[in-house]
Amino acid sequence: MANHLLRKINLSLPLCRRYSTEVRKATLIPGDGIGPEISAAVQKIFEAAHVPIEWESVDVTPVRGPDGKFGIPQSAIDSMNKNKVGLKGPLMTPVGKGHRSLNLALRKEFNLYANVRPCRSLEGYPTLYTDVDVVTVRENTEGEYSGIEHEIVDGVVQSIKLITEDASKRVAEFAFEFAKKEGREKVTAVHKANIMRMSDGLFLRCCREAAEKYPEVKFEEKYLDTVCLNMVQDPSRFDVLVMPNLYGDILSDMCAGLVGGLGLTPSGNIGINGALFESVHGTAPDIAGKDAANPTALLLSAVMMLRYLELGSYGDKIEKACFEVIKEGKFRTGDLGGKAKCSEFTNAICEKVA
Amino acid sequence: MAHLTRAIPNIFLKVPLNTTVTGVLKRTLSCSPTLSIQAPVSRPENHTKCTLIPGDGVGPELVHCVLEVFKAAQVPVEFETFFLSEVNQAMSAPLEEVEESINRNGICLKGVLATPDYSHTGELETLNMKLRRNLDLYANVVHVKSLPGVKLRHQNIDCVIIREMTEGEYSALEHESVKGVVECLKIVTKRKSQRIAKFAFDYATKNNRKKVTAVHKANIMKLGDGLFLNSCKEIAKLYPKIEFEQIIVDNCTMQIVSNPQQFDVMVTPNLYGNILDNLSSGLVGGAGVVAGASYSSECVVFEPGARHTYAEAVGKNVANPTAMLLASAKMLSHINLQYYGDLIRNAVNRVLKAGKVRTKDLGGQATTQEYIFAIISNLR
Repeated sequence: MANHLLRKINLSLPLCRRYSTEVRKATLIPGDGIGPEISAAVQKIFEAAHVPIEWESVDVTPVRGPDGKFGIPQSAIDSMNKNKVGLKGPLMTPVGKGHRSLNLALRKEFNLYANVRPCRSLEGYPTLYTDVDVVTVRENTEGEYSGIEHEIVDGVVQSIKLITEDASKRVAEFAFEFAKKEGREKVTAVHKANIMRMSDGLFLRCCREAAEKYPEVKFEEKYLDTVCLNMVQDPSRFDVLVMPNLYGDILSDMCAGLVGGLGLTPSGNIGINGALFESVHGTAPDIAGKDAANPTALLLSAVMMLRYLELGSYGDKIEKACFEVIKEGKFRTGDLGGKAKCSEFTNAICEKVA
Repeated sequence: MAHLTRAIPNIFLKVPLNTTVTGVLKRTLSCSPTLSIQAPVSRPENHTKCTLIPGDGVGPELVHCVLEVFKAAQVPVEFETFFLSEVNQAMSAPLEEVEESINRNGICLKGVLATPDYSHTGELETLNMKLRRNLDLYANVVHVKSLPGVKLRHQNIDCVIIREMTEGEYSALEHESVKGVVECLKIVTKRKSQRIAKFAFDYATKNNRKKVTAVHKANIMKLGDGLFLNSCKEIAKLYPKIEFEQIIVDNCTMQIVSNPQQFDVMVTPNLYGNILDNLSSGLVGGAGVVAGASYSSECVVFEPGARHTYAEAVGKNVANPTAMLLASAKMLSHINLQYYGDLIRNAVNRVLKAGKVRTKDLGGQATTQEYIFAIISNLR
């Protein structure tokens, strides 16, 4: 029994845990467009805060592999496999055929099964909603995005939504573990089991089973449509949400919409072989290189990474500084209605964390 | 009648006032929103028959409200009531009878049917799905409009969500291949995608709408949603006067909560429609205030736009009957009882605008009963 417990605890912690003074290596994928600028900003802030992280910058521009297909370069994969954690800026998916989405490739490569997205109203940047503080946990490997589709006869297409017990359990347990670790009160399973009685029913059952293991975290189950309806009326009713792929995709973007868009929301992908934290906004090629981008999303993603690495104290400091700078409003980037440059915003945060 | 004729072009006056012309008259009058309501030229001799399904949860209470208002307004409609329910099977009328009645009458007013997560017989198809499939109610139309006088985060919302309702994720085709692995089929067909796209563009044309937006996830479900999107594109070519746009569903939800005014008519596959209906209903005041309708080529079912049974409020006299009333008003307009439809709609608007009597969901203190009394006293 003790053995069993120990194993469990080990699993829930990051794979290689060190003393916090030891310097950890993390892979950095700067990305395209505004990616390099905001990555540099994050690096600068980390340096100012003396975070014991050493970045290993890798390029993921697709290269032609031995099989003739374009894919991620091996060096990037090796780096991620070695470091187990990574931070990624926005990547551009080339339009047209032949290129697999790099995001998808990374997700597959590292078995990133859960996508976590905290959405919080920022003080000092009021949107229509002021009381948002939700975290969406999305199953990221199967469901509607299984990619299994075929045209049975001309004009009739069948897409398969795949729900497995293993994946559902994995994500449900992660959600509860996350809620417990972050001191959250409640986990809501979002489903549509009244319509898809078997598939969403299975997902729901796995959530119920996980809930029993975490009696300290409240559990409730709600239909997707009810969540949508209630979320726009009163977002404070929700805390942590766990759901299958498509619903998670939709709800995480919707919640981002409540607090002012994807430029402010961090995101983390938790996997079996490691974790990748990223900003989910676009590459914004129109402002790339103009020192005008807002690094908040990537910075907050990096903060999530620190918490994942049990370096939460550094994370808290940086997060606080970032929120304060936004709240003070002296150095806001263009997307928040300010005039500051990315570098000015970064320096303001650096001053606070130093 | 004298001042009615003023609005009519001379050409009509030369024609003897036979029945067809009065028909035309009535329609021209009713189409113009600026005219105040005119009493009907003549009272219809017969009562129109209509199927009524109270539904589960607060449904029966809300239907009772509608009946009260209908009585007070002396609406010439006669209801054939069927209690249909999946959670209360012992009391439920047989589905065939209900379908036969709807088919015969062509119209139905329906509360919300609860759909449990499981069925005792292991059946995958819900009662709602069966009804929709058997009657081929393929187009669900929900007109989401900000209510007069109701102050919420978002103002001036006016969009229409048209949802395909017979295929897609709601296929009830599921199986467990091996233990712990479940497959659920989403079916998209070209015929039905084209049919709903055509419906949407026809609706836009008829209601003077400028733009139709197709909501999809074709970047991931390349074949399924791709087929839907391509069908929409094809149909769009036939309607050059109406602007056509496309949007990915996750982006759409993000846009709709931050800037809902940009949308006009939206056409969606089944599940996304369900999501958007609820999201946008939430923006204008919740499930209690938005009406919807489901169309087949033969019949129409009028029902609340965001379907929630609100079972926790049963018997508490707190539910908001606005959605049901607006749905019934829509129904009356549909069966050419425009006068009564407007009467009810205006009464609802007047009560909401005055803001004195409101149910709890809109921040008021009034009970359902008080709200209905207020509406009845505003029927003028």
